[in-house]
Formats: sequence, C-alpha cells, structure tokens
Amino acid sequence: MKKLLASTALVLALSVPALAQDYTPDPAAKQGGEITVTYHDDVATLDPAIGYDWQNWSMIKSLFDGLMDYVPGTTTLRPGLAESYDVSKDGMTFTFHLRAGVKFTNGRAMTADDVKYSLDRVTLPATQSPGAGFFSSIKGYDKMADGSATNLEGVKVVDPLTVEITLNRPDATFLQVMALNFSYIVAKEAVEASGADFGKHPVGTGAFKLTDWTLGQQLVFERNADYWRAGEPYLDKITFQVGQEPVVALLRLQKGEIDIAGDGIPPAKFTEVMADPAQKALVVSQASLQTGYITMNLNVAPFDKLEVREAINMAINKDRITQIINGRATPTGQVLPPGMPGYDPDFKGFAYDPAAAKALLAKAGFADGFETQLFVYNTDPNPRIAQAIQQDLANIGVKAAIQSLAQANVIQAGGEPTSAPMIWSGGMAWAADFPDPSDFFGPILSCQAADPGGWNWAHYCNKDLDAAATAADAMTDPAQTADRMKAWSAIMGKVMADAPWVPVFNETRYTMHSPRLGGASALYADPVATPVNFDYIYVKP
Amino acid sequence: MASYLLRRLIQSALILLGVAFITFFLLYVLPADPVRQIAGRSASPETVANIRRELGLDQPFIAQFLRYLGGLLHGDFGRSYLQKTQVAELIASRLPATLLLMAAGITCELALGLTMGIAAALTKGRFTDQILMMTSFVTVSAPQFVVSLLLLYVFAVQLSWFPVGGYGTFRHLVLPAVTLGILGSGWYARMMRSSMIEVMAADFIRTARAKGLTRARVVLRHALPNAILPVIAMIGIDIGVFMGGVVVVESVFAWPGIGQLAWQAIQRIDIPIIMAVTLVSAVAIVIGNLLADFIIPFIDPRIKIR
Repeated sequence: MKKLLASTALVLALSVPALAQDYTPDPAAKQGGEITVTYHDDVATLDPAIGYDWQNWSMIKSLFDGLMDYVPGTTTLRPGLAESYDVSKDGMTFTFHLRAGVKFTNGRAMTADDVKYSLDRVTLPATQSPGAGFFSSIKGYDKMADGSATNLEGVKVVDPLTVEITLNRPDATFLQVMALNFSYIVAKEAVEASGADFGKHPVGTGAFKLTDWTLGQQLVFERNADYWRAGEPYLDKITFQVGQEPVVALLRLQKGEIDIAGDGIPPAKFTEVMADPAQKALVVSQASLQTGYITMNLNVAPFDKLEVREAINMAINKDRITQIINGRATPTGQVLPPGMPGYDPDFKGFAYDPAAAKALLAKAGFADGFETQLFVYNTDPNPRIAQAIQQDLANIGVKAAIQSLAQANVIQAGGEPTSAPMIWSGGMAWAADFPDPSDFFGPILSCQAADPGGWNWAHYCNKDLDAAATAADAMTDPAQTADRMKAWSAIMGKVMADAPWVPVFNETRYTMHSPRLGGASALYADPVATPVNFDYIYVKP
Repeated sequence: MASYLLRRLIQSALILLGVAFITFFLLYVLPADPVRQIAGRSASPETVANIRRELGLDQPFIAQFLRYLGGLLHGDFGRSYLQKTQVAELIASRLPATLLLMAAGITCELALGLTMGIAAALTKGRFTDQILMMTSFVTVSAPQFVVSLLLLYVFAVQLSWFPVGGYGTFRHLVLPAVTLGILGSGWYARMMRSSMIEVMAADFIRTARAKGLTRARVVLRHALPNAILPVIAMIGIDIGVFMGGVVVVESVFAWPGIGQLAWQAIQRIDIPIIMAVTLVSAVAIVIGNLLADFIIPFIDPRIKIR
C-alpha cells in the first residue's frame, strides 16, 4: 500500500507565497518520448475517491491534482491547485486561493465549485470512498457520514477562485490530507456522465490524461498539453501493460522491451540482479517509511503480562530475519520508521538476548514456556519470516503454531478481539498514508482502532496516550512543530514501554528501470508517488 | 429427442442453481470480510459501516442470495466491489482471449495426446510404448509454472522466435497454446491408449484384418472412431476447465484471459467476479457435456438419444 515518507517539519507559514522552495528542474530533462511500464494485476480504478492500492496511487497522482502537493521525490508540502492559503489565528479556518487558468482535460476551467463538489463527493456515503474518514476534522463531516447532510457545511465557495474550509477541531495534519489522492479535484459533469464508471473514464487537471483502457491488457496515458505547470510533464506517453508475471517482466526489462517493472524485482531474482554491476546500476533503492512488526494480543493470555511481552521482544533475532529477505530492510526497535518526523535515533528498544528473555519469562511464571499461535499472510517471504520467529520463540520455550492464511483472513482475525494471539504484519501493515507520526498511532495503536474490525491487532489501549495524541495534533501553530514532534517521540517511547509490538524492520524499496530513462533516483523511489513519479521522469535525449 | 433435450435443460438449470447457491454460501461463510478489503487500512468504523450498507452486505444471507439471483435473471452480474465496473463487461473483455486460447490449447492437446496414445497402443508393451507413457506421465505431473517459464525463456527470450508474452497476433498464441498442449496431452494420451487397446482386441477389428485391409485403414477407419468416444466426453470437461481459466499459463504469457481475472478477484474477495467466473465455467461444463452427448450418437450409431 501507500508508502508516504516523513515530511520535514510542516511548513505552516500563515500565508504561503507561491512555490517558495520548489523543485529545481533537471537541466538534462527534455520533453518527448514514450515508455512502457508493466504490472501483474489489472488496475482497479482511477477514481481518486476510490483508488487505494500501491499500484493506482501514483497513476491517479498523474491524472489529478489536489489543493496541496509535494515537491517531487520528497515529503515537503508545496501548493498545488491552490496558489496560496491563509490560516486563521485559531488554526480552524483555511482559505485557499486557487490558481487561475487551470483547465480539466475536457477543456473546462476548474473553479472553487469543483473543489466543493469533490470534497462533498468523497465524504458522501454513496461514493463508498475508503478515505472518507480522513476528512473527519472538517466541520459537518459527521452529518455526511450519517447521511443527514448531502454537502459539507465546513466547505464554502467564497468566489470562483476562493474556497474556505472550516474545521471542527484543530488538526495539524489537515494540509497533508489536502494533498492526499482522496481530496483530488474531479470534474462534476464527467462524474455525472460516467456515474459508477468514472474510475474508467477519469477527468482531472493532471499532467496526463487517459486515452485508452483495454481491460486486462493495457492503459495509455498521454501528456495533457494544457497542463498548468508549464513545461511538465516530460513524457509524451506512458503505456501500462497489465497481466505480466514479475519474473517475465524482469526478463523483458533485461531484453530492453519495457522501461519499468512496476512490481519490482522478484525476491528469487534479487541476488542475481544485484550481483551484475550493469544491472545493479539501474536499480534505485530507498528506505521506505514502513515498519514490519509482530503484534501480541493483550486480550489473550499470557500476553496480558508485560514481562511476557518484554521477553518476546528480547527473543527475536531481527538481524537473521533481515538476512532472510536478502537484507532488503534495516532492523528496528521502535514504532516509527527513520526519517518520519518524531523518529528518535537514540531510542534503541529491546536488545536481542534470549537468556534474559528466558529468565524474564520464568519470572512471569512461564519457566516452561507456553503454547500460542502466530498468524501470517501466506505469500513469500512472510511464511519464511514466520518460521524464523517460530524458531526464536522455541529457543525460549514458547511453542508458536503458524497460521498461514490469505491476506483478508489474517486481517479479519486481527480485527477480532481474541482470534489472533500473534500476527506478523508483513505484506499488510503498516506504511503511512501521509508523512506524519499521527498516522502511525490513530489507525493502529489507539483505543478506537482496538474496536472489532480495527487494525490495532495488539488490541492495545492506553487512554493516557490517546489523550496525549489528541493534544499533540491540536498543536497547529507552525512555531510548535518541534514541540509537537517531541510529544510524538514521547508517545511512541511510552508505547514501547508497554511493548504491545515487537518492531522488526523497516523495508527498503527497489525499483529497476531501463538505461534510457533519466531523472533523479528519488523520482523512482518517490516517498509519495509510489513507486514512480511519472510526471518528472524523462527519456534521455 | 425433444423430451430428452427438455429434461437435460432442466437438469442443467438445477445444476447451475446448485453451483450458484454453494459458491455464494461458501463466500458468505468465508472468515474474511470483503468490506474490510474494500475499505482498506485507514477507513474509520463509520466508513466501513457505510460501505457495507451501500453494497447490501448487512442483509441476511438468503436476502443477499435472492437479490443476486434476481439480478442474474435480468442478466445483471452486478458490479465488481473493487473495480466498480460491471462484471459482465469485465468477463466480456476477457472472453475472446479465453475462447481463442481454449480452441488452440485443446487442438494442441489433441494433436499431441492422440498421436502419442495411438502410437503407444499400437506398440503396446514395447519400448516405444514405454517411452511414450513415461513422457505422458512427466507432462501430466510437470508444474505448469516451470514448463511455461522454460518455453518462454528458450523460445522467446533466448531465440527470440516468439514475443515475450502478450496478446494479439498468431505469434503471441503459439507458446501458450503449445504449453497447454504439452501439459494436457498426457491425459489424452493415456485415455486414448487404453481405449484403443480395448478396441483393437475387439472381434470386428479381427474381422477387418482378416478381410485383408491395410493396417492404416484398420486403425483409422475402424478402430479410431470407436476408441475416440471417451475422449470426446473428456473434451466437454476440458472446455469447462479452460473457461474457468488457466491461471498460471495466462499469467506467465501475459494472456488476458478469465483465469487472471478470477485469480485477482479471489485475492481481493471480489465476490461478484468470483460468482460470475464460477457460473460461466459451470455453464461451459454443462454445455460441453451436452454437446458431447449429442455428438457421440453421430460417431457411434449404437448409442441413441432417448
């Protein structure tokens, strides 16, 4: 799923001038050229209100724009369709000044009415948007969610180029939400014309437009000649071929038939590719802001005992698990990934010490260990990682039976109060939706997320930390940003004192591209537009 | 004849209803919630509840099933949960490629399988027979993924005789069809061999030989039509298998068939697609068997339809 990187401190100046610190264009970049990208699965939808998988995330970014945007290859916010914005003193009202002369790909000029329409649409239950909840801090959201209103009270059109958004609580992450795909601006008449098929006939203001979609075979993006960012994008055309096995895609890439293997380098081929200097030179790697962890369900004995959870934390050999995946990760001892604001480089967490773990377990009354179950998503390398965890646990006398299941079944079991004693999160959780530490707490470690069907698989609930999190997110004044991040570091430190997880590693992402493609490495491992920022890469002249 | 047809059609409708009910029920009791899959990781509880209500998944099982059947009677397979596209449109877009690969695949299976089977039967117990039967055993047990990749690597990547996957021209069709031919030929070879051996021992073959007919004429004109009956019944079943999709071969050769659609839908618990593919496949098996039943009397006059 989405892997959005940590931002630098939120730049929340009271009125942001247009493009103060923007992207410096690559001097070698030239417009023109066509590229081919392959994927195994067909693309689900290109509707920004619906699309929520790692494959369509970056494609939607190239077709649509939001009020806010990120500097390419970074997590720094920059203005998008809004040229600038003002924030009221209490941080509760944002006034966005739209750029003049922006056109949808159907030729019509984009106005403030479209912004209101798009935000109303994404929060309307009938739209079935998975991202509706991100807008819960906008005034009137609750009435949209329960069906008693059909438009957001907090979103007002002031004039054709001005939109005013009022919040119901201070929300330090609001501008990040305005840069999420779910808040992208759609053309009302196109949505009404296509109805539920809008995801197949998208109309936005983006750098590209969809010109062909042959179901199960290919999609073609062509450059939007009227794009409002002058000189962008660089490519004339991108063909996305679907239905291609990753191993075959790699063979085709090596043969020069395609430019980017969208599904990455298959694990079985990784060592071979990296051993060849010529191929290795085409691989871009970037630490992704993701954490892989083991949850221990506090509702299930003996994980209700802190000593037991601490002992398990000391029992896991994270270096060995990292070796199992060819070193495509860095071991970690805390919740937040490095680079995410709030990450504490001095926090070491529990060290690997099986002897101490065994002693602690004995102290907790489990000198002979105990039996439990470890749930895991059944695709490689997760079952192999689970076996390593199983061995580590056996070393301290804990017998864990592995339940290797389809992704949906593991997620289901994790959401139930007592079904899954332990879960290895690989392939399912957790990578941030936007670069802010609150996204690593609310959905996976808060009391609310421990409700049935939530993603707090440890069913960990610490009311003091919930209150601290709410207080941290109310610090909307830019001058408080450093304090806010300190508050988040403290919250995450206290989480690890309760040890509901064993944080295991942070994955590194690898993308391989053909030698004829140019552009900074960061564009091929873009923290926001996974996996590739298609608007800024180019074909070498 | 008319009453037989009517009886078979009613039987077929009941079979399809049964298949629909069982599949729907299994998907209903599955310990995985499609709404969670649609809603993704960050959806709030009220978003999940709203999506569940919009899709009618908060209704009791029988109500959901009857609504689905009602849709089917109007030719409406529903919309995919995740792609939001009409399922009928998704299936229709995959149908040409599926039918083409089915026809080419079965042709290759028969060409290889029947040749091997007949040759083995005629050399029963001798070296050729043993080699052929061992080969058929290997093809039946060979993993699809390995055979597909091997052929792709040798003939497309190394020799560049064929494109590395894709769909559209005859050259794209050759490798996947040959792969399916190799993989499926073993079944036909073994069936053809045993059937042929049985027929070759029959009295009328001895008579034909005694008349002094050439060996070729005995085999092709007298033995083959009698030995081929079980093979025709098997083709009927094979059609159903192909319509359900040949996931691995389609995947390796990037062939846009139904199998890829089904595989993706199963991964995402996209119930409307899973239901539709299952039903299409069941319909194909039923039609394939019906056709086989109707063709057999033309080949073997001893069998009559009543």
